[in-house]
Amino acid sequence: MDFDYEASMKKIEEITAKLESGELSLEESLKLFEEAAGLIKSCSAFLDAAEQRVKKLAEE
Amino acid sequence: MEAYKPKIYTVSQLNRYVKSVLEEDPAINPVFIVGEISNFKRYEASGHLYMSIKDSQSSVRAVMFRGDAQRLKFTPESGMSVILCGRVSVYERDGAYQVYISDMQPDGAGALAVAFEQLKNKLSAEGLFDDSRKPALPKFPSRVGVITSGEGAALRDILNVLSRRYPVAQVILCPVQVQGEGSSAQIAAAIRLFNEKKAADVLIVGRGGGSVEDLWAFNEEITARAVAASVIPVISGVGHETDFTICDFVASLRAPTPSAAAELAVPDAAELKNDILMKTAYLNRLIINEVGRMRKRLEVCAGSRVMKNPSVLLDDRRRYLDESRSASESALEKRLTAGRAQLSALAGRADALSPLKVLSRGYAVPASDGRVLVRTEDFKPGTRFSLRVSDGTVQAVAESSERNV
Repeated sequence: MDFDYEASMKKIEEITAKLESGELSLEESLKLFEEAAGLIKSCSAFLDAAEQRVKKLAEE
Repeated sequence: MEAYKPKIYTVSQLNRYVKSVLEEDPAINPVFIVGEISNFKRYEASGHLYMSIKDSQSSVRAVMFRGDAQRLKFTPESGMSVILCGRVSVYERDGAYQVYISDMQPDGAGALAVAFEQLKNKLSAEGLFDDSRKPALPKFPSRVGVITSGEGAALRDILNVLSRRYPVAQVILCPVQVQGEGSSAQIAAAIRLFNEKKAADVLIVGRGGGSVEDLWAFNEEITARAVAASVIPVISGVGHETDFTICDFVASLRAPTPSAAAELAVPDAAELKNDILMKTAYLNRLIINEVGRMRKRLEVCAGSRVMKNPSVLLDDRRRYLDESRSASESALEKRLTAGRAQLSALAGRADALSPLKVLSRGYAVPASDGRVLVRTEDFKPGTRFSLRVSDGTVQAVAESSERNV
C-alpha cells in the first residue's frame, strides 16, 4: 500500500496547527490549506475503504 | 549261596549310581522347593543361571539353564524368596547333588508384579521416564498413527473419537497382535516402522482392558524401549483407568483408556472453530474501533475553524487591510495638520524678519547695478546709486566718504 495514513494524519494536524496560529503569509496559508484539504480527502477515502473491507471480511 | 562280596565302584560309577537313584525317586522328581536365592550368578556367555537355594539352616546348589531361564518374566536375584520347580540330580564331575530348576516364581508377590517392578526400576534408572527426553505432543497433528489390534473395541473407540473430534487428521492404522507370544515384538516393530517412514505426527499405542497377562506385551522391555526410542510422540492407552504399564511411563503421555488416548491426541475441531469465531469477532470489533478512532482524529482537523471555513484566512486579512487603511489615512491627516501649523508658525517668524519692517524704522538700502553697497569704498565720489526706502526708491550721487577707524 502506497498511502501512509499515519504520516498523512500527522501532516494534517501540523498544517491545521500552523493555519490556526495565523503566523503564515497568505500565500503559504493558501498552499497549506489546499494540501490539508487534499490529505483529508485521501484519509477519509482510506477510512471508508478500510471499513468496507472489514465489513466484507466479517461477512465471509 | 554266594558269599557277600562288596562291589567296588569307581568314583564315576558311584556318582552315576547315586544320580540314577535320585533321578528315579518320584518323591523329588519333579520337586517343588521354597527358599531364598543366594550367591546368584548369571553366566553371560552361556545364559545359564547359577545360585544356591537356602533356608535358615541349609542350602542346596541350583542351576537353571538358558532355555528355561529365558521364559522367566522376572530376573532372579540374591535375597529373593522363590518357589521353584525342578528335579534333583547329581553333577557327576563333582559328585555334588543339585537342583535343576525348570521354573521359578517369586514367593509372595506374583512373578509378573516382580518383573514389572524390576523393569520399572531399571528403565527409571536409565532415565527413560524423564519428561525431558520425551518428544512433545503436537497441538494440531495432521496424521495420527494407531498401533493396536485390528479387531478390538479399542480400535473402534479410537476411530470414533478421532473422527468426532478432529476429522481433518489422517488416521494411519498399523494392526498388531496385542497379547500372546510375539505381540510385544510386533508392537515394537510397528513403532519403529512409523518412525522410519515418518508416517505420523503422533502415535496412539494401546489396547482394551484385560488381565495382567493380557496386558503384558505393554510391560515388556522390547515394547518399552521402542516407545522410548520413538521420535514421534507416543500416547499410551492400555486397559482401564487403574491399569498402569511400563509403556505408560516411557510414553510422552499416559491415557487411562484407548479412547482417552484418542481424546488427548487431537484437539476438538468444534472448540477450535468456536475459538476462531470468537477471535474473529474480537478482531472485527478491534479494527472497527480503530477506524472510528482514526475518523475522530481526522474530524478534529477537518472540522477545525480554518479547514471548515477557509475564508477566515481572508477575512482576517481583509479586516487587517481595512484597519491598516484607516490607520494610514488618519496618520496622513495628522501629518498634514501638523505641517499646516508649522507653516503658519514659520510664516509669522518670516514676517517679523521682513526687510520692509526695517526700512519703515528709517533704514535705507543703497544699491548699484543690482548690487547692495555696504562699504565706504563702494561709494567712490560721483558714484550713482539708488536708495531703497520704505515707500520707494531715491536716486542719489556719492560726494565723499570717510571710513570709521
